[in-house]
Amino acid sequence: MDLNLSPKEQEFRDELRAWLAENIPKDWKTRSSADESMQERFEYLRAWQRKVYDAGWAGISWPKEYGGRGATLLEQVIFTEEMARAGAPPLPGVLGLALVGPTLIAFGNEAQKNRYLTKILSGEEIWCQGFSEPNAGSDLASLRTEAKPDGDHFIVNGQKVWTSYGWASDWCELVVRTDPSSAKHKGLTVLLVDMHSPGVEVRPLRQMTGETEFNELFFKDVRVPAANVVGQVNDGWNVALGTLMYERATLGAGLQITFKRQFDRLVELSHVIERNGRPAAKDPVIRQKLAQCYSEIEIMRLNQMRAISRVSQSGVPGPEGSIQKIFWSELNQRMQQVAMELLGPYGQLAKGSRQALDDGQWAYSFLRARGNTIEAGTSEIQRNIVGHFVLGLPKSY
Amino acid sequence: MQFGLTETQQMLKNSAREFFPAECPPAETRRLMETATAYDERLWQKMAEQGWTGIIFAEEFGGLGLGLVEMAVALEEMGRALVPGPYLSTVLLAGSALDAAADSAQKLKYLAPICRGHFRATVALLEESASWDPAAVALNATASPAGFKLSGRKLFVPDAAIADFIIVAARLTSGLGLLIVDPKSTGVTITPMQAIDATRKLYEVVLDQAPATMLATGDRARSALERALDVATAGLAAEMTGGMQRVLEITVEYAKTRKQFGKPIGQFQAVQHHCADMLLFTESSRSAAYYAAWALSQGTPDGAAAVSVAKSYASDAYREVGNRGIQVHGGMGFTWENDLHLYYRRAKASEIAFGDAAYHHERIARLVIDRARAAATTM
Repeated sequence: MDLNLSPKEQEFRDELRAWLAENIPKDWKTRSSADESMQERFEYLRAWQRKVYDAGWAGISWPKEYGGRGATLLEQVIFTEEMARAGAPPLPGVLGLALVGPTLIAFGNEAQKNRYLTKILSGEEIWCQGFSEPNAGSDLASLRTEAKPDGDHFIVNGQKVWTSYGWASDWCELVVRTDPSSAKHKGLTVLLVDMHSPGVEVRPLRQMTGETEFNELFFKDVRVPAANVVGQVNDGWNVALGTLMYERATLGAGLQITFKRQFDRLVELSHVIERNGRPAAKDPVIRQKLAQCYSEIEIMRLNQMRAISRVSQSGVPGPEGSIQKIFWSELNQRMQQVAMELLGPYGQLAKGSRQALDDGQWAYSFLRARGNTIEAGTSEIQRNIVGHFVLGLPKSY
Repeated sequence: MQFGLTETQQMLKNSAREFFPAECPPAETRRLMETATAYDERLWQKMAEQGWTGIIFAEEFGGLGLGLVEMAVALEEMGRALVPGPYLSTVLLAGSALDAAADSAQKLKYLAPICRGHFRATVALLEESASWDPAAVALNATASPAGFKLSGRKLFVPDAAIADFIIVAARLTSGLGLLIVDPKSTGVTITPMQAIDATRKLYEVVLDQAPATMLATGDRARSALERALDVATAGLAAEMTGGMQRVLEITVEYAKTRKQFGKPIGQFQAVQHHCADMLLFTESSRSAAYYAAWALSQGTPDGAAAVSVAKSYASDAYREVGNRGIQVHGGMGFTWENDLHLYYRRAKASEIAFGDAAYHHERIARLVIDRARAAATTM
């Protein structure tokens, strides 16, 4: 057990830190999303991803032949952490980078890897995930979007929902039913679908935060070349599970730093916000709650380090990612509630309100955190996965 | 970076995993807890032969010279097997205090016999205020021509009745002092305090002009006591993790075999989710406990906070793992015959020992919130 970074890892981190200090756009910190359209902001972020890619920082753990850096998973995690620590703009191609790319590296054929991976890294092509449907959420394998073979193509019909970045996407990793006659997990296939194909329609879905981060996708007689099947026809469940495990394993790294930054800000605010005639930082109840947040953020970091050490040895993320997902999602909901209690009446003020603290981010974060225990697999589904796949209890459904 | 055991550490773990359940099966734990001291000389000597009693101390004093991570490995397995007796008090508390405060001659006299398994020892800290904070120590030490004399009452002293010496935290005119008392001397009265965990006995120690040998005073005493408490607390968090692990194993096994409504109860999601949470608590405690041990061994700036993170989390987690484990067992879990209550009792006693979650949250607040500079900005 040695938690120090190796000299090589340290060198990587220092070089990256220096690059970020030099290259994060100067206007980023003061840029307010209220002043620009979603599309303008997206193009701004895409230009940033291009800059990251050109400097060789995209796809840290991806093979060199596809434009990656060929470095370790830990260095990938260091990259994500340093981006968050520096407050860098997010990479808009995140779904391609974190989910679709690793899935293609694991399950795709050579032609697919050559065709797609580099453009994912550069941000030239943006990806989304078409998994959930209106009647297939937690019970994902019951999905009904169908793909019928037609010569060397499939014809796709159906509907997907909760698709992040659907409106901005060029491509979609789509799970479809190719064999309606076999058992529900058996007849699925993963297709790579060009979102610019005729018959694809994207409708925005407004969330409780007011944003339209998600979309509904409609597919009407969309033609997809058979060459776009990832892995084998009717073996899509395994491919999709692989993607979901990457989602659970990798989402945490940057989030931990984001939570820590928010926590540090709350500590700062606790020294200036008054409660019962003294700084909130002196209030015993607030002290207990902030200290618990600190503990949980630390444990999230440590669980993450253990998980990475394990994946570095075994090569693939396992169902233990479900524990991480449960931990961070519930931790964030608790922390956002603590933030609200600390800020008092100011906590409710939204972006645009003149008296709001931190541009109204706390009211937003509070609402956004509510989705954490639902997205990327509900807490209930994660607990089922832990019960069955980790502890070996009999399947409940 | 590698947050996993090295090959040597894994071998140590395997050997501890074999040793403790074999030498101290549940029946033995039950036998010992019914005795006055929960101490077994044969088991202690076997532990000493394996080197456990000197695991973290220098080889020149008969120790193995290993680190705190190795100590955590050993303790996790002791906690899993619910080993009774004075290991925490002797090795972690008294041993670490000596290691930090004693000179070479004192180490030869007191620490070396601990390493070799000849001495049991403990630290007397708490008084009627029941505060774990060394600043709360009030018991009076006076210097006389014949040496130091101690007068006052210590409470919740672990394993005092089998200790060959007791390190007493006392108040001198010059500040905190750590003094060594021979329990057999005149003026020392040791009385049992019946408590929830019978595998680890607690005592009242009344001192009336009891003769004492000075170990350390002032800053040296304070830092030695803090070091001993940090080491013991990190070790206890690892031991608690082992206990959680065992409760989880017993419970999952039961959920797979116990049938109701014609199915194993582990097939029901309400039961599965209890078990999943137990795993989450156990794994998170493990991460925090090993990190605390590592941080202390490396002397990282966040060492003290890491110890408090581990203990605050494990304190609530072990109790909650016990709650869920007993709940899943239903009526069987509430019987004396089932071993779960032994772990549950240990969980509660461990939660209290060296400060519960609220105590360590306040300590984190002092280390993290009070040290953060107030923001220059105003609202």
